[in-house]
Amino acid sequence: MNWQVMIDSLPALLQGARVTLELVVLSGVLGIMIAVPTAMARVSAHWWVRALPVAHIYFFRGTPLLVQIYLVYYGLGQFEVVRDSVLWPFLREPYWCAIIAFTLNTSAYTAEILRGAIQSVPRGEIEAAQAVGMSPALVWRRIRLPRAFRTALPAYSNEVILMLKGSALASTITIMDLTGVARTIIARTYTPFELFLAAGLLYVAITFIILGGFRLLERQLTRHLRNA
Amino acid sequence: MDLQGFGAQLASGTWVTVQLALASMACAVVLGLLGAAAKTAGPAPLRWLGTAYTGMVRGLPELLVILLVYFGLAVVINRVASALGFEGHIDLSPFVAGVIALSFNYGAYMTEVFRGALGTIPPGHREAAQALGLGRWRIFRRIVTPQMWRIALPASGNIFLSLLKDTALVSVVGAQDLMRETAIAVGYSKQPFTFYLAAAIIYLGLTALATLCIHLLERRTTHGIRTLEG
Repeated sequence: MNWQVMIDSLPALLQGARVTLELVVLSGVLGIMIAVPTAMARVSAHWWVRALPVAHIYFFRGTPLLVQIYLVYYGLGQFEVVRDSVLWPFLREPYWCAIIAFTLNTSAYTAEILRGAIQSVPRGEIEAAQAVGMSPALVWRRIRLPRAFRTALPAYSNEVILMLKGSALASTITIMDLTGVARTIIARTYTPFELFLAAGLLYVAITFIILGGFRLLERQLTRHLRNA
Repeated sequence: MDLQGFGAQLASGTWVTVQLALASMACAVVLGLLGAAAKTAGPAPLRWLGTAYTGMVRGLPELLVILLVYFGLAVVINRVASALGFEGHIDLSPFVAGVIALSFNYGAYMTEVFRGALGTIPPGHREAAQALGLGRWRIFRRIVTPQMWRIALPASGNIFLSLLKDTALVSVVGAQDLMRETAIAVGYSKQPFTFYLAAAIIYLGLTALATLCIHLLERRTTHGIRTLEG
């Protein structure tokens, strides 16, 4: 066991961990922005409103994340329309391709979590809101969504952990995230065991920090349910 | 969809993917049973080891574990082998490395599933079996497992579905699975979108097939159990 190489590469690994966190946070936030309307459309009573969310959720939950990343990074360039478009400078960059793939992937999983939470809001509460004359939009904003967010929180913390683990795939399209940095250093020093172990410990540390954050948030959101 | 004659190649990759998934799942089930036994009935050090195992794996990316096993474990094995006086060089094939890594990872999830399922079996059942004079192993095989499978099955099914998708990662270290064969086809045809979409559709087909099998298994294990539908 070569401890020295682990210590020497720590600054570079931390730099990689920053990129990993950036990927997770950015695609997590964008993913929620897509997931909320997707989940709302998913519980619609009309089949033509449900169709697109159902297809989106089915495709992104049923295929490997690696295929999705390759489809965006390698696949989109196949079409001349894409190569000539104004978006090409973005779609050419591995970083933005990873963000797009992660966002679409996590939005599908998050939408499915939210769907379950929205459907578990007691019927009576919605009826009560309607009885006091709230419009459908107001019922969504004041009753259904806030209730659903609280129910979905524990499951969503799992999804964030899965996203953190999935972000390691960014290294397959040349991004210098935590795994990418470890692989680059190994190519130079040939100490795979030490470096991957160090990277693994950093991932586990990040996981604990994320779980701790969610536990605090959960306590904050369920204050009214506890006895004073 | 025009596959330009690469259909057979994708088919052989699909077969390797299926083998990877089934082999890893089988090992993960064994690891899960051992882990659950260690965490519920083992002595304190074994319990700590079990907790450390499931806690660590929760935060370790599958890709990192695959890389660690394929590149790291090979180095360790060779160091140990040469220390023991072994002359040659031992190589870990990507397939074997993939199975080891995936079963290590998913064994942790299976441990938690089995532990939860074990907890639901009433202690009276075990005591009754003891009173009849059955040995520990027979109680486990005849009383505990038949009841445990039924409870563990839905969660195990979900775990198998994500394991099936994670087999794609083994292509990164060079296993000849569906992803790898697709990448080769892309290299020749220069049509990445067409071929990765084809791979995605095959994966969708595999997950659909697995879902169907899990459903059939679930129907079999719940045979004779009263449900809300009657």
